Amino acid sequence: MKLLIDKANIEGIRFYKAYRENGGYASVEKAFKMSPADIVEEIKKSGLRGRGGAGFPTGMKWSFLAKPEGVPRYLVCNADESEPGTFKDRYLMEFLPHLLIEGLIVSSFALGSNRTYIYIRGEYAWITDILEHAIAEANDNGWLGKNILGTGFDCQIYVQRGAGAYICGEETALIESLEGKRGNPRIKPPFPAIKGLWDSPTVVNNVETLAAVVPIINMGGMEYAKIGMGKSTGTKLISACGNINKPGVYEIDMTISVEEFIYSDEYCGGIPNGKRLKACIPGGSSVPILPANLLLKTAKGETRLMNYESLSDGGFATGSMMGSGGFIVLDEDQCIVRHTLTLARFYHHESCGQCSPCREGTGWMKRVLYNLEYGKGKLSDIDLLWDIQRKIEGNTICPLGDAAAWPVAAAIRHFRDEFEWHVLNPEESQVRNFGLAHYADQLETLTA
Amino acid sequence: MSEQKQLFKVTIDNITIEVEPGTSILLAARKIGGDVTPPAMCFYSKLKGSGGKCRTCLVEVAAGSTADPRPMPKLVASCRTNVMDGMVVKSITSEKVIEARKGVVEFLLLNHPLDCPICDQAGECHLQDLSYEHGREDTRYEFQRRLFEREDIGPYIQLHMTRCILCYRCTYIADQITDTRVHGILDRGEHAQISTYISKAIDNDFSGNMIDVCPVGALTDRTFRFKNRVWFLKPVDAHRDCDKCCGRVTLWNRGNDVFRVTARKDEWGEVEDAPDGKPGWICNTCRFDKKKTSDWIIEGPRKIKRHSVISAGHYEGVKRPHETIANVMGGRQPKLLMDIHSVSEVNKPSVHLNAIEGPATGEVFEKEK
Repeated sequence: MKLLIDKANIEGIRFYKAYRENGGYASVEKAFKMSPADIVEEIKKSGLRGRGGAGFPTGMKWSFLAKPEGVPRYLVCNADESEPGTFKDRYLMEFLPHLLIEGLIVSSFALGSNRTYIYIRGEYAWITDILEHAIAEANDNGWLGKNILGTGFDCQIYVQRGAGAYICGEETALIESLEGKRGNPRIKPPFPAIKGLWDSPTVVNNVETLAAVVPIINMGGMEYAKIGMGKSTGTKLISACGNINKPGVYEIDMTISVEEFIYSDEYCGGIPNGKRLKACIPGGSSVPILPANLLLKTAKGETRLMNYESLSDGGFATGSMMGSGGFIVLDEDQCIVRHTLTLARFYHHESCGQCSPCREGTGWMKRVLYNLEYGKGKLSDIDLLWDIQRKIEGNTICPLGDAAAWPVAAAIRHFRDEFEWHVLNPEESQVRNFGLAHYADQLETLTA
Repeated sequence: MSEQKQLFKVTIDNITIEVEPGTSILLAARKIGGDVTPPAMCFYSKLKGSGGKCRTCLVEVAAGSTADPRPMPKLVASCRTNVMDGMVVKSITSEKVIEARKGVVEFLLLNHPLDCPICDQAGECHLQDLSYEHGREDTRYEFQRRLFEREDIGPYIQLHMTRCILCYRCTYIADQITDTRVHGILDRGEHAQISTYISKAIDNDFSGNMIDVCPVGALTDRTFRFKNRVWFLKPVDAHRDCDKCCGRVTLWNRGNDVFRVTARKDEWGEVEDAPDGKPGWICNTCRFDKKKTSDWIIEGPRKIKRHSVISAGHYEGVKRPHETIANVMGGRQPKLLMDIHSVSEVNKPSVHLNAIEGPATGEVFEKEK
């Protein structure tokens, strides 16, 4: 089922004329006949969960927004999509910019934000142009500006480019950066819903979340909640990449199984060159990596589905997380140690340097992993890595520390003998950098 | 008077104390004092917005409040978490906290050069105290540490970035007590450094206070560099009439020479309040230019209340931990209650040094056994 990107292939949908002719901006017309509180209620009913990674219920987040008299409120759209493996927002903004604008107008109306910001990552320069063009078109056609549709509601959307820092995707760092300061995360509490942008109540939402507001208003919250299952309602964009035949952005309703997603021709289309699946990161680089046997089936033996509950089934011991939907597939030729080093290098490079566990610990993990990968490691280094990640996790100001610690923890938890193989066969590991293939085996052979 | 102000009851390591609403856990613990007080490297109660960065003050909240007694899922930074009525906090009684604190100390020391033997801060360094009290004895780090060139920022202050632990205190002080801030944090992550904007000199009347707030030897007084070790100096309280600041300082003397002038610091290493209730920051004239005893009116010896080596011989007014602490710590004696004689063989109180003939040698003590 496609709710967000179903119209992406229509000719000229990037521009206002085609978008409007295909039913665009209908949700704004509908929403302006409702009261803001009703819209929030509708979002609550829909069970929409934040699509940025944490999966927090959006309606709940909106209802936490403080509403003091005489203080402006802000809605900020988090388009700083910098998680390795995640590129769903790029697709959405590049091909359907008006869908985001539409969602932003409705959400701004619901939250009472007269000035709404899109904080977009600096690397998306061409998308900035696309969005600004779309905003100009919306302005020309009376969807933005003063007194929209004669309701007396004023709203203007501004696009702000970041300067290429991963940390600015964290909501308080994003707010700092938007204010023109160094992008350091703030210490919570106070939460942005009380004191955010310029000390005013602020809601920060992901691009996909805000775009999903449009179909929710169009079809009604109850109808939207019927799609999907359990607490994973609606549709989710998955950006699939890695060793698959058809990488790209797919919209799924959250009932299909992981196996179907990887192997069916409708989605990823299987793994190229007849290789076997070894491991997969199901939700962007920060979430724990899973070996093939735990990915396709949960520890209880149930089929793992592509939704919030099923992917996190088993906790971090045997599960992972939905995250932001960056689906990275690794085939049997990929080396987990090298892969973990790549991620550790990324988090080291992107640590803001504010709090000590993350600032020092990420660099340390990177160096230890570098030694392991290049055949200079010791067996004790594996335990050391485990200890370092344990001391970073949960002890930092923002979730970047956790995000840096989880991939390393999961790699050691599930692929420890591959690390050991690297240490014990330093020369072979340099020539044949494939790691161990047996993780691709079926669960039966492992448990037998 | 109207109704009495409502006080919050908070229990830290089984010691209950009443504090005003809005107090942070750290400040509440400081009221108790002793070993239950979490260490703090970046928090400075006189600087607004400081804290939360070093993570040494992490504590476990076992119960959020009477109204909501759920424990907090993660360890929290006690300097930036306010107490609630009925909150139960575990500091040194929590394994998790001790483990995490050890980790943080190790992280802080990763890139620290450990050049204490030539560092001017040695003896009054918070990082030294911290690593003695909470750290592990060795490091597991086997890589090269980050290095920076030493940099003179202005005529009075030298920045030794290699030693910096990025507590941000000096940037806060420049923001809050001076009109212009010309230095700040450049770069990010491990490479983040304190620096001035394009090698500008820091030149304002209160810049010297950066040295006082720096917990390590990253910002040092250029008029004092390598002049003396702090533990050889005798601190005395003194004051003078100053039109810029409160003029209340500590002089660090050796013989009749004033080697350096600092603000008066309390037992947490923070500047004491002046009589008008404001923090007793001092100006650069007092700090750097008045280096003669005749410039000052001496009040008397400074009582240093911190347990660092500089206070050897100056101990006074040390807050002893409560009696209950022995129960709290499972019979383990807190360090401050330990008698030096129970640790060291030398100086046995049973041997009266005046009573023995000749110099005191090992034999004298052997005989006593």
